Parts: sequence; C-alpha cells; structure tokens
Amino acid sequence: MKGKKIRVVVAKPGLDGHDRGAKVVARALRDAGMEVIYTGLRQTPEQIVQTALQEDADAVGLSILSGAHMTLFTRVAELLKEHEAEDILVFGGGIIPDEDIPKLEEIGVARIFQPSTTTTEIIDFLEANLQVQE
Amino acid sequence: MKMTGADKVSSKTSEPEKSADTVSEQRYQPFYRPEDLADLGYQRDLGDPGEFPYTRGVHSTMYREKLWTMRQFSGFGSPEETNRRSKFLLEKGQTGLSIAFDLPTLMGLDSDNPFSEGEVGKCGVVIDSLEDMEILFEGIPLDRVTTSMTINAPAAVLLAMYVAVAEKQGVDPAHLSGTLQNDILKEFIAQKEWIYPPEPSMRLVVNSIQFCTQHLPRYNSISISGYHIREAGSTAVQELAFTLRDGIEYVEWCLRAGMKVDEFAPRLSFFFDSHNNLFEEVAKFRAARQLWAYIMRDRFGAREKRSWMCRFHTHTAGCSLTAQQPLNNVIRTAIQALAAVLGGTNSLHTTSMDEALALPTEAAVQMALRTQQILAHESGIPDTVDPLGGSFFVERLTQEVEGEARKYMETIDGMGGMISAIEKGFPQREIQEASYQHQRAVETGEKLVVGVNEFQTDESPPVETLRIGPETRKGQCQRLDKLRSRRDTRAVKRALSELKEAARSDKNLMPLLIEAAKEYATLGEICETLKEVFGEYREPSF
Repeated sequence: MKGKKIRVVVAKPGLDGHDRGAKVVARALRDAGMEVIYTGLRQTPEQIVQTALQEDADAVGLSILSGAHMTLFTRVAELLKEHEAEDILVFGGGIIPDEDIPKLEEIGVARIFQPSTTTTEIIDFLEANLQVQE
Repeated sequence: MKMTGADKVSSKTSEPEKSADTVSEQRYQPFYRPEDLADLGYQRDLGDPGEFPYTRGVHSTMYREKLWTMRQFSGFGSPEETNRRSKFLLEKGQTGLSIAFDLPTLMGLDSDNPFSEGEVGKCGVVIDSLEDMEILFEGIPLDRVTTSMTINAPAAVLLAMYVAVAEKQGVDPAHLSGTLQNDILKEFIAQKEWIYPPEPSMRLVVNSIQFCTQHLPRYNSISISGYHIREAGSTAVQELAFTLRDGIEYVEWCLRAGMKVDEFAPRLSFFFDSHNNLFEEVAKFRAARQLWAYIMRDRFGAREKRSWMCRFHTHTAGCSLTAQQPLNNVIRTAIQALAAVLGGTNSLHTTSMDEALALPTEAAVQMALRTQQILAHESGIPDTVDPLGGSFFVERLTQEVEGEARKYMETIDGMGGMISAIEKGFPQREIQEASYQHQRAVETGEKLVVGVNEFQTDESPPVETLRIGPETRKGQCQRLDKLRSRRDTRAVKRALSELKEAARSDKNLMPLLIEAAKEYATLGEICETLKEVFGEYREPSF
C-alpha cells in the first residue's frame, strides 16, 4: 500500500440508527486525505466484511451506540480471521464501557474510541498504525 | 433579519466570523436595549400567558397551578425489569411513565429474528407480543398513570397492544391518557429507525391519529419531535424549523384524509431537546409556541384554542453529556432543565450523569429526578409565569429564532413539503453539516467543552454502569416459543390475513391491529405482514 491513500470502511453494524458519529468520522477521514467507504445503516457483520474485502480496505471502523458491540464487533473480527484478512485494522467507537475494552482488544479490535474522542486522534491513530505495516 | 454589534460575549473574539446562518452560530450583542424591541408588538408577538399566540405559555397560571409532569424515560431488559423500574420511579414521586423500547422492537422485529442478536433489551424494553405488554403494565392501572411510548415505525401496533391491555385491565380506552411518539418523519430525517417507505408510513400515522380522535380523546396521538433532530447534530433553529414543518405535514395529511382540523389538532403534541445555551433554548421554546399558534390559526384556519397551542415535552440533551468527568453532567442537566422550565415546558425528562457511558443506574436516575424536584420546590421559579418575558435580550432572541425558523420552513414549502425535502436529503444534509461544524469547533477549541478540550483531568472516577446480558434475548425467545405453541394459530393467521387485506385498501388499520394483538400475533409477524404490502424503506445515500 506504499504511496497509496489509506482506504477505510466506516460501518454501522446492527440495528442502531445513530449515525452522527460515523458520518462525522467518515467526513473527517476524507478531509484528511483518506479514501472512505461508508456502508450506510443496518449492515450485517457479513456484509461489512465483504465490503472490506472487495474494497481492499486497510481498516474497518465500526460504530455502535446501542450496546450490541460485544456481539457485533466480535463477529466482524471473527469473520475477518476466517477470510484470513486479520491485516485489516479494526477500530470502533460508540457508547462502550471501559470494562469491555480489554475484551474487545483481545478479540482483535485494535482500538476503541469512546465519546468525546477527537477526529484528529482517530486520524493520527490510523496514520501511525497503517504506516507501520508498509 | 438585522444583526447589530456583532460582538460575542466571549474571550475568544479572534476567530474569523463565520457565515451566521443560524442563531447557534451568531454573535450576540454585548447587551440589549429597548430599541432592540422596537418591532415587537405585545399582543401580536407575545400575548399574556394563556392567550394567543401563547409565546408566554399555554396556560395563564402555568406551574402555579400545576407543575410540569416529571417524566423520566425508562426501559431496559425484559418487560419484568422495566415494570419494576417503572414502579420504582412512581414510588419516588414521578408522575408519569415514559417507556423506551429496544431496537428490535423499534424496528418491528421479534427477539428471535437473527437481526435481533445482541440488541434485545439493550436500549429499551423488549416487546414481542401482547403478553409482554401485559407484563410491562402489571400492577400499573392505565387509567391512573399517563404513559408516553417512544415508538415510531411500529407505533400503531404498540398503540393497539396498549389499548388491548387497557381493555384487559377493565379500563375504558376513553380514559387513557399519555403520548405515542408516532413521528415517522423525524425518523427519516434524524433517528433512522424506519420500516416502510414514507407514504405508507404516513398512512399508519394518520390511521392512528384518526383512531385516537374517535376512541382515545385524552391521548396525544403523536409527539412531533425535534429532540432526535437536535441530537443528530442540528442547531436550535433547525430543530425548531424541521419539527414544526413536520407538524405541518401531519396536519396536511390528516386534512387530506378527511379529518377536520379542530378534531385532531388539540391532541398534537411536541417534543424538544434542551441544550446548553440557556437563553437560546428559552427563546426556542417561546418561539415554538408563537410559530405554531400562527400556523394553526392562519395557515390551517383552526378555531379551537387548544388547536393553536404547542404543548411540548422536553428532554435534556443526551448528546451534551461527556464521558469525561461524568459528575459534570449533573450541572449540565440542571442548566438544561432550568431552560426548559423557564421556557414553559409541559413535561420534562432529565438525563442521568452516566448516560455517555451506558444505561443509567438507579442512583443516577434518582439524582436526575431530584434535579427537577429542586427546580420545582426550592427555586421559586414556578411562582411566576414566563419569568424572562420582557427581557430585552430574551425577547429579541425569541424573535430572531422565530424568524430564522420561518425561513427554513419556507424553504421546505418551496420544495413541495417535508416528504419531498426528505427525498432530496435536504434536512439530513443540513444536520450533517451542522454536526460536522460543531465537531470541528470543538476540536479547534473554538467551542470549549469542560473536561473534554479544556480543564481535563487524568483520572476518570469509575462510574458504576448497568449491563444487559444475553439472557434477556434467551428468555424472550423461550417465551415466544411457548406463546406460539399456546395461542390459537388459526385465529392468528386469520387476523393477519385480514390485516393484509385491509392494508391493500384504504381502510383504517387500527381495529385490525388491535384484533391481531389480542390474538397474540407477534410484533414481528404484524410488521412483516404489512411489509408484504407496503415494502421497505431504503435510505438514499447523501
């Protein structure tokens, strides 16, 4: 991916319709020069992983505010493993309690961004981590 | 609209001035004088409280006679758990119930639907069938409490279940009071929990309003909501404008269905957010009443006073709560609650300090309720109606908010109404833009958020949070299995096929929804049946 723009799929898994955060992040990443594919609402983990593979994404950002993150983030991480696509960096955000973060990290979510995270932090994180892999 | 002396009362005046297209962005004058109100006509723009155009309040005595209803939004887990929380709140002195439903219920899906995995009972109570509704209100006589139900796409189905429970409790539906949110337009605009495309969705709304007009005369058949629009990132003016324009759309549809404006308009109710900018919020509430009174009287020719009144519920701003230093949220909520009360709200929900982290605990909910009780019983605010009326600043701001909102509504009129504006993505884009600009302002430090981009501390005190485990879904799935084997399958099938038949005609669907609910057809089965006729909505991408 040298010299290429970072490609990020921003996804809303599950039934949650709160898309304010996902859309703000998608736009901020775009403004930072990344290529962003926003999936729209109500995507199954299967659909999200398919999109990530088809789009040759470097990272997948998941946003959930409904409390279903343990189920749905886990499923996305599992499916990426099944497709041998663990190199796709998974990050997430939403209303996610502190105590869930280590569990999510264990299953392969690289980073959880809690409420009031700045978009700059997310951009810096992606740039730092995706450059390491080059 | 003229804007003079554009100096913001702030130490940060070095920022370049942005296009001041909304009041949220505009710079205030350092102070206001009688000349700023030169255009203000007391009778035309304000009126006494209880008099047209109700800017100062819908009642002449307001809280002197009757305090606002303290209505905490609550619901999680199984129907049993929410029943217990409701009883807890009633015991603590809350005067009305407000039920939150989980996502599968909001989307018309049963707990055993694969899409419901991980979501059952998470952000509200789960309702799969009338059986759950019976448990939810067990020991709560429906003629003695007012219940607000936050449900939209399947609102007509939940209303049908509510009526069925009342009948089982021996309560005459005519004695039911409360509010059904039932506002599908703001779902398309902001909250995004839709099922059917706009036209059949609007039909369900009109059917339920018509049914309530005939059979539930004390029940608010819709709560036209700005809350979700604001939470999605809109400005105060956008919240007001889109909400009232949604209101216009509902009135037009009801009129087209042959209803008379004064038959249904008195039961239209509204629902607003209360955010941090105290005076702008007060101005918004006052402007809402003024605008709606003129819309109803002049645009729709309503004659009944109650048709002119914008009665509304207020919910303090969930999106203003910070995960950092959560105790600070107690203060934010108190200021927002103050704005709502100074703005003459009819009922109020105060958010809990831990809601940026998870569902609130009982202790946090109790503190939120106590905030309202202190305002009601210790502050002295209820003694005088519209205590800020006549303030040069607040009156001027009220007129500015009103004028800006009116412009937005005219733009939407020009697009052919709200449904057409939604199809064009207009309100959605406006909100997205405002939300992005807000985020940028926070990140550049132009907007200061205490504990977030200034005055940070390293330690975050652990806040106890409430968790809903997977056992809720398991329990519901077992209950559904039992229900499906116990109920009269033929009667369910008949009720659903009659419903489908009626959906193809222009009949009011409410009586058939009640029949289906009474036969214990599940929410998912009922919504699926209607999907076969109405289809499903897909959001265009913006």
